[in-house]
Amino acid sequence: MTTPLRGLLGSDPVLATAGASMFADALRDQAVVVTETDWQPPLEGTAGQLASVMGDPRRTDANALALQRMTAAGADFVDVRPAREALGLERGTFLHAGPPIEWDRASGPLKGALIGAMLFEGMAETPEAAEVALARGDVQLEPCHHRDAVGPMAGVISPSMWVYELRDEVHDHTSWCSLNEGLGKVLRYGAYGPEVIERLHWMNSVLGPLLQQAIRAAGPIDVKSIIAQMLQMGDEGHNRNRAGSLMLLRELLPSLIVADGTSADIAEAVRFSGANEHFFLNLGMPACKLSTLAAEGIPGSTVVTTMARNGTDFGIRTAGTGAQWFTGPANTPEGLFLGSYGPDDANPDIGDSAITETAGIGGFAMAAAPAIVKFVGGDVPLALRATRTMYEITVGEHTAYQVPILEFRGTPTGIDVAAVARTGILPQINTGMAGRVAGTGQVGAGLVTPPAECFTQAIAALAANARA
Amino acid sequence: MTDHLEVRSGAYYDSVSLMQVSRQVASASGVEAAQVAMATELNLEVIGGMGFVVPDGVQPNELVVAIRATDDEGVANGLSALDSALAALKSAGSRSGGFGDAPAPRTLGRAIAAGEANLALVSVPGQYATIEAFDAINRGVSVMLFSDNVSVEDEVRLKDAAAASDVLVMGPDCGTAVVAGVALGFANVVERGPVGIVAASGTGGQQVMALLDAAGVGVSHCLGVGGRDLSAAVGGRSTRQALAALAADSATESILVVSKPPALEVLADLEGYAAGLGKPVHWATLGAGRPDLTAAVEAFLSATGLAVPTWPSWQPIPNPASLKDRGDQEPHDPSGSVGSAGEGRYLRGLFCGGTLADEAMLVASGELGGIRSNIPLAPELALDGDLRADDHVVIDFGDDGLTRGRAHPMIDPTLRLERIAAEGNDPHCGVLLLDLVLGHGAHPDPGPELADAIRGAREAARSGGRELPVVVSLTGAQGDPQGVSATAATLTAAGASVHLSNAEATRAALSLLSGTDHTGESR
Repeated sequence: MTTPLRGLLGSDPVLATAGASMFADALRDQAVVVTETDWQPPLEGTAGQLASVMGDPRRTDANALALQRMTAAGADFVDVRPAREALGLERGTFLHAGPPIEWDRASGPLKGALIGAMLFEGMAETPEAAEVALARGDVQLEPCHHRDAVGPMAGVISPSMWVYELRDEVHDHTSWCSLNEGLGKVLRYGAYGPEVIERLHWMNSVLGPLLQQAIRAAGPIDVKSIIAQMLQMGDEGHNRNRAGSLMLLRELLPSLIVADGTSADIAEAVRFSGANEHFFLNLGMPACKLSTLAAEGIPGSTVVTTMARNGTDFGIRTAGTGAQWFTGPANTPEGLFLGSYGPDDANPDIGDSAITETAGIGGFAMAAAPAIVKFVGGDVPLALRATRTMYEITVGEHTAYQVPILEFRGTPTGIDVAAVARTGILPQINTGMAGRVAGTGQVGAGLVTPPAECFTQAIAALAANARA
Repeated sequence: MTDHLEVRSGAYYDSVSLMQVSRQVASASGVEAAQVAMATELNLEVIGGMGFVVPDGVQPNELVVAIRATDDEGVANGLSALDSALAALKSAGSRSGGFGDAPAPRTLGRAIAAGEANLALVSVPGQYATIEAFDAINRGVSVMLFSDNVSVEDEVRLKDAAAASDVLVMGPDCGTAVVAGVALGFANVVERGPVGIVAASGTGGQQVMALLDAAGVGVSHCLGVGGRDLSAAVGGRSTRQALAALAADSATESILVVSKPPALEVLADLEGYAAGLGKPVHWATLGAGRPDLTAAVEAFLSATGLAVPTWPSWQPIPNPASLKDRGDQEPHDPSGSVGSAGEGRYLRGLFCGGTLADEAMLVASGELGGIRSNIPLAPELALDGDLRADDHVVIDFGDDGLTRGRAHPMIDPTLRLERIAAEGNDPHCGVLLLDLVLGHGAHPDPGPELADAIRGAREAARSGGRELPVVVSLTGAQGDPQGVSATAATLTAAGASVHLSNAEATRAALSLLSGTDHTGESR
């Protein structure tokens, strides 16, 4: 016979408390081990909904399953192909970062990138003409996430652009991401000058086909394993990708240098990739997308499966609420600025790159990348504190991604909407900052959080779906 | 005079801690009055009542600091006292940077995981308590839910979830528990022994433990189940689990169930269930026509073959001033020492313990008929919102309705102390019946404060030309940190008679009211 109440009456009580500290003190006076909760009231207006969600009998197992799937998901880099072919992206449809948005409400950098894509696709002769056509609704706008793809910053993918293709063989999922253009004046930051369009054409005609040959010869490459290693080499996988980029290049180089192409083209492709500290980002992102994709569609789960921004709105989706977006106005990051740019030049938060935090790296792995504070601001204790605080709002720890300085503790993984609403702790995101005026490009990098209303809306929807 | 009012966001402190903070700020040099509180409706009323103007739109999650000082320097002293008081609060859960400790857990579930806890105690404000309790249940940990103001629907959901996980919800509004010798919440320090208690009543459980302690009988566990557990709506869900656990527990030889007046069909159901457990189960369940707690404990002791002691009581020490005026009085005769009831005809019972108030009403209503109360025995006896009536009145200051947005009266006695003073000035008040509960969690030395209030009320009555007898029901165990005898001595010095048995205290009050001795005992 098993002992009732899990043997409570026969064991020495070990206490956890939430509330008045006098009760914890009284227990300590009796030499009882007590762990106190640093408790605060939940986000305004969520108490009743949280009671429903916390009482949903499916939740604990559903969240455990979400975490298990997220950490088990594979991420193999298998191909490079045009989006038209890979994503079935038809002419006249552009993908963009973040939740759905129409032209009128689009921010400067997103508008700039869409204009650039019009020019690149040959759908407009001039930026002015592109703007008129876009305003007229000539182009269908659709979130990358709706096609299981991700794009950094503006995240614009047009049918002719080449994309990386990654596979999760465990769950039979595929994800895609655009090729990285480097830093400075680039399309993803909303720049659309002639040098930007010219570079895109070169990437299409030279870089993409060479990378395709290289990966088809060398692949598949285990991107998940590169992420695990880069976290032990001072990267966090969102705003610092130095080690990851070098490791990726190391994997590709042997087949890249013997690819079918002119030695000048190959040399330029190697130089371009090697010079780009964020070369890896566009593989890390779809790897993270595969992780969160595996957690989608688990009834009763309160785990976040998407965090993405379009420069105007921040949107999240959860495992328990399917394709529904919960949005709020995007915050503007705080951090360090390039050159003479300042806070007034920064656009609100933009890009699908917050998929890294959604999957447990980026800002969540900041403790692994103390050097990042020189790029995003703050100090080293801040980096450590950021990761440690994220454990308070996540379901568990990653089994593959670890933080050496925290005794190789797994990174905090699986953001729990209920925990966010209960603690008021918002996910910590490391990000680049785009100029607010279309065509400017990057102006800085820093730290940002989602608006709380994404989570209060999500908790309301989860409560409405909750079982008693 | 300088007023200072500010609103601070992003910081939450519990009401008990803030009460201490307010006291420390108020005692700073040059500060005349201070209130530091979360911006709940009730607290804003208090701050408004002090003459401060609180800006609109302040959220209940924000901290309001109101300081009235003689000058700017006083305000500065107050603010500096505030900073050090708040810093002291934070030091327990300090968040150090660098390679120091990890931040303190922010949810109960994280605290359970971090400490590998097997038992949780929740005392957050009631509207948030269900969330934390589910967190514990979902992690397979039993939870004592001290918080009140939890809806009965949530209580049923929690208890069903707990039963499915084979854990126990002790509560809500559960003041007392003793698990394997560890006292949780308001609990008395009693010896370990063979009696397992299931308590659908905090102070009822404490009263029974105090009586057992006086009888020299120890307690294996006291599992609180919440005051509504034996109601029709909750149906004894936790009581059933607690009975099964005690039946399987090797340290427990017999079981005593203590409850506020239960739903009779639930009681019958539980009696049937208990009969099949293979251990003797006794019932101290209050109700009309049923034994009071003292009688139930006496019956339990007799049935278990144990001696029933004379329950301790302490007689009032006559007031010297009063003796001088009335030199003919016998110092050791209780009715003589407190004089006649004069024109006051009514019993006024002011309680912190709901079950003690219930029991007092059940005992007294046989003599007095209907007693008006905020927890009335019958609906037509309910008091209005001002809690006043020219009648027999018993008030439970620990009731949900009086604790919303403020600490329990065993921690914050302000409301009851005010009412004691008011009764001193009310010529209709014939006798004052008070409870005082000792043990962990209660005030570290509640005797002097209550004694002052008793002295004040008696003096006010005397200025009004009447004698006001005061009887205190003192629930405490020999091992309690406050000391039963010391506390009783403080109270008798203020002119009160003191009884360990709440039922006997009530009968003593009745005898003083009508001038006859209803207890039938002579001491």
